[in-house]
Amino acid sequence: MESYDLIIIGGGPAGLAAAVAARDNGIESILILERDKDLGGILNQCIHNGFGLHTFKEELTGPEYAARFIAQVKERGIEYKLNTMVMDISSDKVVTAMNRQEGMIMLQAKAVILAMGCRERSRGALNIPGYRPAGIYSAGTAQRLVNMEGFMPGREVVILGSGDIGLIMARRMTLEGAKVKVVAELMPYSGGLKRNIVQCLDDFGIPLKLSHTVIDIEGKNRVEAVTIAEVGPDRKPIPGTEERYTCDTLLLSCGLIPENELSRSAGVEISPITSGPVVNDSLETNIQGVFACGNVLHVHDLVDYVSQEASAAGRNAADYILHGHGENAKQVEILPQGGVRYTVPKYVRPEEMEDSLTVRFRVGDVYKNCAIATYFDDQLISRRKRPVMAPGEMEQVVLQKAKLAEYPDMKHITIKIEEA
Amino acid sequence: MEIRELTCINCPLGCQLKVTMEGKEVVSVEGNTCRRGDTYARKEVTNPTRIVTSTVKVSGGKVPMINVKTQNDVPKDKIFECVRALKGVTIQAPVRIGDVVVANVAGTGVNIVAAGNVDAA
Repeated sequence: MESYDLIIIGGGPAGLAAAVAARDNGIESILILERDKDLGGILNQCIHNGFGLHTFKEELTGPEYAARFIAQVKERGIEYKLNTMVMDISSDKVVTAMNRQEGMIMLQAKAVILAMGCRERSRGALNIPGYRPAGIYSAGTAQRLVNMEGFMPGREVVILGSGDIGLIMARRMTLEGAKVKVVAELMPYSGGLKRNIVQCLDDFGIPLKLSHTVIDIEGKNRVEAVTIAEVGPDRKPIPGTEERYTCDTLLLSCGLIPENELSRSAGVEISPITSGPVVNDSLETNIQGVFACGNVLHVHDLVDYVSQEASAAGRNAADYILHGHGENAKQVEILPQGGVRYTVPKYVRPEEMEDSLTVRFRVGDVYKNCAIATYFDDQLISRRKRPVMAPGEMEQVVLQKAKLAEYPDMKHITIKIEEA
Repeated sequence: MEIRELTCINCPLGCQLKVTMEGKEVVSVEGNTCRRGDTYARKEVTNPTRIVTSTVKVSGGKVPMINVKTQNDVPKDKIFECVRALKGVTIQAPVRIGDVVVANVAGTGVNIVAAGNVDAA
C-alpha cells in the first residue's frame, strides 16, 4: 500500500493552509485529496469581495484568496489529486479513495487532517409544505450555477433565510437582471453580516422580512408562487399574515452543516451542537493522529479564521508525525455556559498546548452590553466587555499557557456570558 | 433640511444613523456610537462607492467563466452600468489575476480586471 506521512481530505481553504503549515514545519510527504476539478473549494464560486482583510490587509474576491494559497501549495511542490473522492477513512488511518485514472486506491497515512468543509441545509431538512417543482435551489447551488457555469436559475426570486450566501445571491441575481422580491427570515434577527444586509439588500431595495417563513410552494413542474407568513415567538405561522409572491425560483439559505460522514465512519466523536468533531487544543479528534479544521470542524463566518485554524492543525499534525505525543497528557475540559453554545476546542492539555490558544465559540442569542468571562474553576481570569454579540458572528477567547500553569490542579475552564 | 437614515456597516452593532443634510452639506450625524459611524455616514450620503464584482465568459479555457472586479471602488449609482458593460464580453484564456478586461468602465476611470486565473484548455 502506498503511504504518506500526512493525508489531507479536502483542498479548500482549510486543506490548503493546513498543507502549507505542515510542509513549513518539516513534513515532506503530504497528499491533498480534492473531489472537485480544481483546488480552492467553495471560494471559487464566491466572486464577491471582502475576503482576506485579516490575513492580507486587503479585500480580495474568493478566487483571488484561494489563488494565494494555491500558489503557496504549488511553490512548495505539495502533491495533490483532483477529481478524487474519498470513500472511507479507517480508524488506523487507511484512506480509500476513487478517481477515473486510478480506480479505487488505498493509502496509509501517519496522520490525517479532516478538511471536508460543510454543506447547506436542504429543503428536505426544513419541512416546507407544498409541491416539489423545479426551481428550488440552495443559495450555494445557485451561486455555482451563476458564477462558475454561467447559467441563470430563474428570473423572479424569493429567498428563504438571511444567511450570508442568500444575501450575496440576492445582489448577484439582481445584477444579472433577476427580480428578487423578498428575503424571509424565520428568526427575529438576521443570520448574515450587517455589511451584507446593507450592500446586498438595502442598496437594491430588496425587503427583508424578519420572523417570516415559507408556508407553501405552488407549481407542478416549475415554481409558480410561494406564500410566506409571519411567525410568532414559538416560530409557528400566524394565521391571517399570509402573503403570496409569484416567482419562478426559491433559494434556500438556511444554515450550513459540517460534512462528517467520513469522520463518523472512522469513529471520530462528533459534537451534537457543532455537528463537527470534538477536538483538543491541537485540533486532534478522539482518534490519535486525526485532526480537523475549517468548516468541517465548526462553521466559520470568515475564511481568515479558517486559514488560521488550519495552519494550527497543520503545525500540530507535523509535530505529531515528527515527535508523537504524550499518551496520557492531562486534559482540562472547557465548559460553555450562560449563552455560550459550544467551544472549539473542547479540551485543553495545559502541558502540551502552544504558548497561546484561540478558543472560538458562538452565542445562542443576541446579547447587548454584556461581557465574556473566563474562569479557571471558580477563579475569574478575564472579563471582556462586548457591546453586542449575535449568533451570526463568531467570538473568541485567548488562553495563555503560562496562566494555565499557575493553576496545576484546575478541573475545568468555564467561558460564559455575563451582564456587563 | 433633509434627513437620511442609514445602517452602519462597520461592526455587528449596526447603529441606526440619522444624517441631517442641508442641500449637499452634512449638518449632523446622530445615532452612531463611535467615530467610524460618523465617517461612514458622511461618505455614504455624499459619495457612496462600492467594489463591483461579476463574471465574464472565457473562451479556450479550462473553465467557462471567470471572476472579474472593478480595480477600485466606483460610485454606487454606476453599479448597473458597470455590470451592463460586461454583457457579451468574452476573453481568451489564459487569463491571470489583474489582466484588464474592460478599461475605464462606464466612464468611471476604473478598470475591470480579472480576479481569477484560468489556464488554457
